[in-house]
Amino acid sequence: MNAKVTQTNPEGSAQKEAPKSEGERKKGSKFLQILLVPILALLTGFIIGAIVIALSNDAVIAAYRNFFHAPGAALAATWKAIVTAYGALFNGSIGSFTEIRQGIQSYYATGDSKPFLLAIYPFTESLATVTPYILAGLAVAVGFKCGLFNIGAEGQFGIGALCSAFVGYSIHGLPWFIHLPLALLAGAAGGALWGAIPGYLKGLTGAHEVVITIMMNYISFRLSDWLLNGPMKAPGYRPLTPVVESSAMLPRFFPDPLRFNWGFFLALAMAVFVYWFLFKTTIGFEIRAVGANPDGARYAGMNIVRNFVIAMTLSGGLAGLAGATQVLGIDHWVGQGFSAGYGFDSIAIALLGQSHPLGVVLAALLWGTLRSGATRMQSLAGVPIEIISIIQGLVIVFVAAPAFIRWIYRIRAISVQTTVLTRGWGK
Amino acid sequence: MKRISNIFAVLAVFVLLLTACGPAATTVAPATSVPPVVVPPTAVPAVPTNTLAPTLKVGEVTDFGGVDDKSFNALGWKGVTDAIAQLGVSGKFLESNVQSDYAKNIQQMLSENMDLIITVGFNLGIDTAIAAKANPNTKFAIVDYTFPDCWPGAVEGTDCASATELPNVRGLTFQTDEAAFLAGYLAAGMTTTGKVATFGGIAYPSVTIFMKGFEAGVKYYNQKHNTTVAIIGWDNATTTGLFTGNFSSTDDGKSFATSLVQEGADIIMPVAGPVGLGSAAYCQTSAKCLIIGVDTDWFVSANEYASVLLSSVQKKVDVAVFKAIQDAVNGTFTGGTDNATLASGGLDLAPFHNFDSQVPQTLKDEIAQVKADIISGAVTVDGVLATP
Repeated sequence: MNAKVTQTNPEGSAQKEAPKSEGERKKGSKFLQILLVPILALLTGFIIGAIVIALSNDAVIAAYRNFFHAPGAALAATWKAIVTAYGALFNGSIGSFTEIRQGIQSYYATGDSKPFLLAIYPFTESLATVTPYILAGLAVAVGFKCGLFNIGAEGQFGIGALCSAFVGYSIHGLPWFIHLPLALLAGAAGGALWGAIPGYLKGLTGAHEVVITIMMNYISFRLSDWLLNGPMKAPGYRPLTPVVESSAMLPRFFPDPLRFNWGFFLALAMAVFVYWFLFKTTIGFEIRAVGANPDGARYAGMNIVRNFVIAMTLSGGLAGLAGATQVLGIDHWVGQGFSAGYGFDSIAIALLGQSHPLGVVLAALLWGTLRSGATRMQSLAGVPIEIISIIQGLVIVFVAAPAFIRWIYRIRAISVQTTVLTRGWGK
Repeated sequence: MKRISNIFAVLAVFVLLLTACGPAATTVAPATSVPPVVVPPTAVPAVPTNTLAPTLKVGEVTDFGGVDDKSFNALGWKGVTDAIAQLGVSGKFLESNVQSDYAKNIQQMLSENMDLIITVGFNLGIDTAIAAKANPNTKFAIVDYTFPDCWPGAVEGTDCASATELPNVRGLTFQTDEAAFLAGYLAAGMTTTGKVATFGGIAYPSVTIFMKGFEAGVKYYNQKHNTTVAIIGWDNATTTGLFTGNFSSTDDGKSFATSLVQEGADIIMPVAGPVGLGSAAYCQTSAKCLIIGVDTDWFVSANEYASVLLSSVQKKVDVAVFKAIQDAVNGTFTGGTDNATLASGGLDLAPFHNFDSQVPQTLKDEIAQVKADIISGAVTVDGVLATP
């Protein structure tokens, strides 16, 4: 760094040109620069994941005992373990191209679509898995944009799911074009209410939203326990809701067991909506202004309370909608293990996506795809599903600490404005 | 530009490293055909075994908690590993972390052409029914569940899955109250305070059936000996009892045991999975109570509390799973319900282990007699509970 400064300083004329060209370059590759750290973080995560896979493989460990006699065998075993695991992960999340080709061929040869459907199952399942992550990630991102740390997405997700399930199974005889939107709206409304309460309390009393949303999570967990064991329990003895009416289900594109449904496109549409709302409307501008500098925003005459409430309502509504798409599109009923951390994972997704709707969609695609492929990796390669959690965790750590990635890969700190992520802390 | 090239340099190093390993792999082990494009790895072990004799492939899909939950998931998996060792079948498991995993894991098992898929827990009932209906040639066995799962007024086949529709599914159920009856009788015979206690995790039928049998056993002891041993934590007349609301918090187990001891109980049967380990820890440190374990013999599975373990109510999920696999191997697999009882050996009261010398021989003989009476039908749980 120092060397650079002394180098450029003496050349007065060149100095004027240099920032210009740098500025142009920055503009041109800004997108790449924003993506650079996440991509390198992902790469690093996979490399460390590969090391963990190798270390947890008995055959590899055995081969390394003989390393000095047969180093080739040890390396071969390592390579094989990693390729098997990541190969299964790829096939489980995207699918095997040969299987897809064979599926198409057999469809033309025999008219039997089943091989083809099974071949595209991994890919469609990934998209189905991604759906709630997109919506819940958007929910947390909206909070971040307003400087609010919405840890309550998990609770809002569950409440949204219960509300839409209730509308889904309790109303009979409606046509789908009324019943489905109604069920989706119920989910969004339930989540929005669950999010609005912390927003209102924060704005009105200054109570920290992190504390309140965590408490709201606990309330929602116990509430759903009670509902599933009591008022919402299906006939019979099991603590789960009845299956929703088919008129309330999000239509699926393929026959069972492929669960890919319209929820994915609904999620994409919501991402566009959030982008438009945040960046093209006055309310969105105010929300971002409050997030960037609440005191400044107040000085400029903006209503802080109102913006907190709007942001948290939208945030909760998106999380609730995530729960709704999951119950109406995938599960069709709600049981005790309905959500296992969708809301908490979405914090990581918002972080990874730099709180930008497009970033969130990309991060959710990555996240859900890895999750989805992990099943096959666990089954075929015998690699525990926790490896995926390790990789995902590492990626988040590296994204949250970009300096570390820059240090590893010797990238100079770039002056791309760092997005507001965790302003919610301590405010 | 420089940093970009740095990145490429780093990338290049990794690519070189990876490719450097590649040729080594092929030169060292050409026979195992290290593939550039990954063929399903199962093909490798499956081929040699298939040429000898068709090996039955068994897959287990667990509920939350995973195969190391020291409870029904673990027992189910033990049944599979026993079958692998004794029957030569091949087996694997997939753990479910979230509700949507059930269908996905079953689908993964189906895509690997499993012959028998074992689903553990009633939560998997709906997804098992859907998969079994769509794949009539695959056998299924589900723990703690049976088809038809119908309620009064339901139309079988429409509202609920019917048994006739699902001839390829075997429901593994457990008449656990029979074994818990023996535990209640034992507790009533061993208490010094005249009060015994039980509590559950969540009021599922698979939980309350333990508590019901326990109460009946205590009551039967009172009838026989004209005593007034009281039971805290369950009342079959009102079907209400004491529940922690979860199957995970050992802290709850500790605090429940503390208050039950304060109420005067000195023998506790916690029916809440790992929660009960917290109770055992309390009993061990306070030396004020004894524990009756459930599901497995806790003397084996939780030996660190051996000094307070009076006995355990064994619900032998592993035996039922093993039997299902054995039947599939022998070609005698049938659908319907396999209800484990004391008579079938699918349930039992575990040995007294450390307390063997403290349990009076007369009580041991009585328990053996009660067991024989239950098996013969001379004594029934409902019969005892029905008497005033």
